[in-house]
Amino acid sequence: MRKCEVTGKMKMSKKLRSNLITYGIVIAAFLLCQLALSGSIEGFKMSRSLKGQLVPICVYIVMAVSLNLTVGISGELSLGHAGFMSVGAFSGIVMSSWLVSAFQMENETLRLILAMLTGGAFAGLAGVLIGIPVLRLRGDYLAIVTLAFGEIIRNVLNCLYFSLDGANLYIGFNNPNLPGKVIVNGPMGATGVSKIATFGMGFALILFTLFVVLNLINSRSGRAIMAIRDNRIAAESMGINVTKYKMMAFVTSAVLAGMAGALYGLNFSTVTASKFRFDTSILVLVFVVLGGIGNIRGSVIAATVLTILPEVLRAFSDYRMLVYAIVLIVVMLATNSPLLFNLMEKCRTAAARFTRGHAKAQGKEGDAA
Amino acid sequence: MTQYKHKSDTKMVPVPSMAIVPERDIDKAPVLEARHLGIEFGGLKAVDDFNLTIGKTEIAGLIGPNGAGKTTVFNLLTKVYQPTTGTVLLNGKDTAGMNTVQANKLGIARTFQNIRLFSNMTVEENVRIGLHNQVKYGMFSGILRLPAYWSQEKKQHEQALDLLSIFDMQHMADVKAGSLPYGAQRRLEIVRALATHPSLLLLDEPAAGMNPHETEELMENIIKIRDKFQIAVMLIEHDMNLVMGICEGICVLNYGRVIAKGTADEIQQNPVVIEAYLGKQKEG
Repeated sequence: MRKCEVTGKMKMSKKLRSNLITYGIVIAAFLLCQLALSGSIEGFKMSRSLKGQLVPICVYIVMAVSLNLTVGISGELSLGHAGFMSVGAFSGIVMSSWLVSAFQMENETLRLILAMLTGGAFAGLAGVLIGIPVLRLRGDYLAIVTLAFGEIIRNVLNCLYFSLDGANLYIGFNNPNLPGKVIVNGPMGATGVSKIATFGMGFALILFTLFVVLNLINSRSGRAIMAIRDNRIAAESMGINVTKYKMMAFVTSAVLAGMAGALYGLNFSTVTASKFRFDTSILVLVFVVLGGIGNIRGSVIAATVLTILPEVLRAFSDYRMLVYAIVLIVVMLATNSPLLFNLMEKCRTAAARFTRGHAKAQGKEGDAA
Repeated sequence: MTQYKHKSDTKMVPVPSMAIVPERDIDKAPVLEARHLGIEFGGLKAVDDFNLTIGKTEIAGLIGPNGAGKTTVFNLLTKVYQPTTGTVLLNGKDTAGMNTVQANKLGIARTFQNIRLFSNMTVEENVRIGLHNQVKYGMFSGILRLPAYWSQEKKQHEQALDLLSIFDMQHMADVKAGSLPYGAQRRLEIVRALATHPSLLLLDEPAAGMNPHETEELMENIIKIRDKFQIAVMLIEHDMNLVMGICEGICVLNYGRVIAKGTADEIQQNPVVIEAYLGKQKEG
């Protein structure tokens, strides 16, 4: 009995350690970026184009982690993730503009937080509405229907008009003749958005997302979600409500995507619905697949690297996307190669031997003393 | 007049009164009563007029040749399939219209013929899934790590190890379920089913793929589980040593119909059962 108590603790610490490493990587990367931004070290500076990519990187990390919750943890291939992002983006923009117009709220941080919460709430609502029909389907059918919903959301947003007149918010569907100042102008998108998104807030959103997703995975609900992924019939006969937990994963994922969308929308002065096309969903899916399905840390790294990569590859000019594709293929081949696995295994055993030797040496010193 | 006519239309059917239960269970309500249970798949009667009563602490056996419909009966009892005729009473409650989840909450748990473990999860996590409805804390306590999370997780961990100790598997708690040897996977399925606190445990070929020594151990353990948890066990098995060794009431199924019911001795002597298994003896 004592022995298993020990193993239990060891397991917890192993999971905890893995999570802490993930948080650690994100925090370290943030500090490094801040250092580069401040320019206090000579020669360690960030290029202008990379500076512009900081918030999108944060957004894509959150998108990848949240999609991984649906695809990797819940095991449902969703191809409409950009749809939730767009719902979040537009509701966030409208909220932000409304706060200024109705309450003259000048505090940008507070406005951004409220806009992100609104974006999350509306995307969550969309998640519930879409989840009810979609989660009855399985496999390829689910993928196709989520794809369709992503497109439907985009097309609906193309027809929506919002305008503000003081504290009054006017909404028009296919009707551009609205009183007051137009903020969302149908297919022209949102124009004149105040750019209030900051890198710091992006970083906070990443931490929040990691906190939610990692804690969810290591809880009762998360285990139920993974059990349904592994074997639906067995999970049902263990008394697990399949619909409830699938919905939980899907909606949580949508809420996080909506928050990321709000941050994304408020990072540009003009946002159109066509920015959230099918391509964007696939791009996020590429991050998830490349980082490893079900691997949260992998999603974070893949999203960062693959967002920076096109910027770095600018030197190749016209051949940029060609090189990008080749990198994707190489990474996929390399991560699946037994050679790499063997190498990693060797490194691991060597490291273990080293730490054990180290501990032994320390122990001996202690004895001698 | 109309009433009389109505009466003549009524088809009279016999209520299964030939139920047998162990003597010690005679005063207690039976844990399971299947009445005229039947299911058709496109005109094929996979199970027809299946009647069975299982006592509170009985170990019952369900045997029959391949394709007789044994697993279909399990699927009917656990509501994986909805019966076309008849009902199942679990602890006296009618399960008509219920789904698998509700049937499990009423106290029926099962293992599977082709093992259905959560193979990417550890042994302990598998048992924790079984304990899912015993542990109460919501999604938000889980995400925010409220005190409920810590106390319930600790309780769940202790219960899981306690259950694993039935088969002496505590030391494997951190092993991935998919990498366990075959026999251990079968045992883990039983532990996981037990974790849902059932009053009736259905075992679908628990000894398949086990060696004679492991089967011997399994027999002892099934009796141990029955005695410890005071639950009924119903099992499908082709290993006659196991069935005749531990089953108190045995039900024989052939072509979807019950052809015999009784104790091990009665079943062994029954000419209909012998015919079903070995074929008809040549005349003369």
